[in-house]
Amino acid sequence: MGWGAFLMTIAIRRPRLSKQQRRSLLIGLLFISPAIVGFTLFNIGPIIQSLQYSFTRYNILQPPRYVGLNNYLFLLEDRVFKIGIQNTLYMVLIGLPIHLVFNMLMALLLNTKIKGLSIYRSIFYVPSITPVVASTIVWLWIFNGQFGILNEFLRFIGLRPIGWLTDPNWVKPSLIFMGAWFGGNTILIYLAGLQDVPHDLLESAELDGANALQKTFRITLPMISPVIFYTIIVNVIGYFQYFTEAWVMTSTRDGSAGGVANSAMFYSMYLYQTAFQQFKMGYASAQAWILFMIVLVATLILFKTSRWVYYHAEE
Amino acid sequence: MAVAISWRENRLVQDRIKRAIAYTIVMIMAFAYIFPLYWLVVTALKTDVEIFQQPPPIFPPDPQWQNFGASTTYIPFWRYMWNTIAISGLTVLGTVLSCTFIAYGFARIQWPGRNILFLIYLSTIMLPSQVTLIPLYLIFRDLGWVGTFLPLVVPHFFGSALYVFLLRQFLLTIPQELSDAARIDGASELGILWHVMIPLMRPALAVVALFTFVQTYRDFLGPLIYLQNQQDWTISLGLKLFQNMYGAQWQLMMAASTLAMLPTIALFFFTQKTFVRGIALTGLKG
Repeated sequence: MGWGAFLMTIAIRRPRLSKQQRRSLLIGLLFISPAIVGFTLFNIGPIIQSLQYSFTRYNILQPPRYVGLNNYLFLLEDRVFKIGIQNTLYMVLIGLPIHLVFNMLMALLLNTKIKGLSIYRSIFYVPSITPVVASTIVWLWIFNGQFGILNEFLRFIGLRPIGWLTDPNWVKPSLIFMGAWFGGNTILIYLAGLQDVPHDLLESAELDGANALQKTFRITLPMISPVIFYTIIVNVIGYFQYFTEAWVMTSTRDGSAGGVANSAMFYSMYLYQTAFQQFKMGYASAQAWILFMIVLVATLILFKTSRWVYYHAEE
Repeated sequence: MAVAISWRENRLVQDRIKRAIAYTIVMIMAFAYIFPLYWLVVTALKTDVEIFQQPPPIFPPDPQWQNFGASTTYIPFWRYMWNTIAISGLTVLGTVLSCTFIAYGFARIQWPGRNILFLIYLSTIMLPSQVTLIPLYLIFRDLGWVGTFLPLVVPHFFGSALYVFLLRQFLLTIPQELSDAARIDGASELGILWHVMIPLMRPALAVVALFTFVQTYRDFLGPLIYLQNQQDWTISLGLKLFQNMYGAQWQLMMAASTLAMLPTIALFFFTQKTFVRGIALTGLKG
């Protein structure tokens, strides 16, 4: 009796969908069905499977064997893994800020009503659409210790040549240097944001006696802070997955990579080697899950500390 | 009065100096950005002796144009190029098709639960691909797809959250009255999508197509994992092979790299406006 009454209340209380609503729900789901399938098969499913594999030893040939937390415990003592984390953090905490500040300076420079803007825009953008492997090969040659043009220049001005890619102290700065060249995409994103900053705002600030620096820090940058925030989020996630440039720069014929003393071993490179060269799928899955957690926490921290982002009313 | 004028003149001079400084820096930076590409082409035109000359000739006295032809025979260059373009083309097709439908479902049809589902879907943008890499590899291996183009292409027929977002934003700007009028005339949702929306969506679809093409064309990790037969490789894998096998033949490697860059660079120069508009669109999502 109580049960029946309960069901009755649900049936009455529950906002029933009208025939029209049910129809549009069906059609709506039909249109997004590729996304539902894709989300299940290529995202949620693999995420859960990856967690499961991370508790197993799995070399592909034999079926996965449950080993509990062993993979995670091994990671704590894995020296190369630790170096990989350190190098990746170097890229995220040092390389990325350098790149974003540099790209912003370039965008501010291009936003000074300069003539021939579209030409400069193309020049700065083109490197970022070249195939990574092709352009990294050029940089290999530029960085070459013996015949590279950079060391040639250093010798010309009377300095000692540098082992750009062979000296463990220089390889990450070299990668950051090269990475700046690939940043045209961000320059153009910033430039588009800068061009949307209302002119009357800048003009009235000027009338109030604000100088260029004040205008930039008090008006321009706050106005485009949503764009800055977007590029930070996207690039933090991207830089944690840093792979191709370092791989092409340092991998050798026998498939090893990471440079001298693993000075250019990044998280994704070690994960790739663990999974696809050593075929330790379980161990690599544990690494993947740690990366997932790191990226998740980093993103959450960025969102939690995003009070500096200013959304103006119309958006 | 006199004071005001001199203040103004002072401003003008200051402005002119600032402008001059800005131009100088922009020119220097432009030179720095072009230089690696210049060096690429120039090195491609050198002889095998000239590349090791010290100091290196800034321009080769006798440009070796035949290096370009030679570089395409060291590795099966055209085959790799064709593979790359085939994979990129199919990926574009899948992405544009699926994202159009998904974006329409999220933007132009009112249904309960739409917004929350969209937010969940959007969160996949933040998922590092490494997390799903291994299970996906194992699934594709079980399907017998490893060593074919399928693992690189098929997932794109099921949408990509970033481009769905982009198209949805675009669709939301189209007035609802257009759909309502078509519905009153008895058009189905598919009919509205095809006859009303797609013609209006063309600029946004062009952005999605271009970005997808360039992104796939540049990809290295995907082909590295899934393409195991050398004849199926993409140009990026081929260039890496070149580097490993003929590492000292820098001039030929540069020639092959130059040729590999041409398609995306050419594409950019023919569709510059679409690119610039698309970049502005992606940045606006903050």
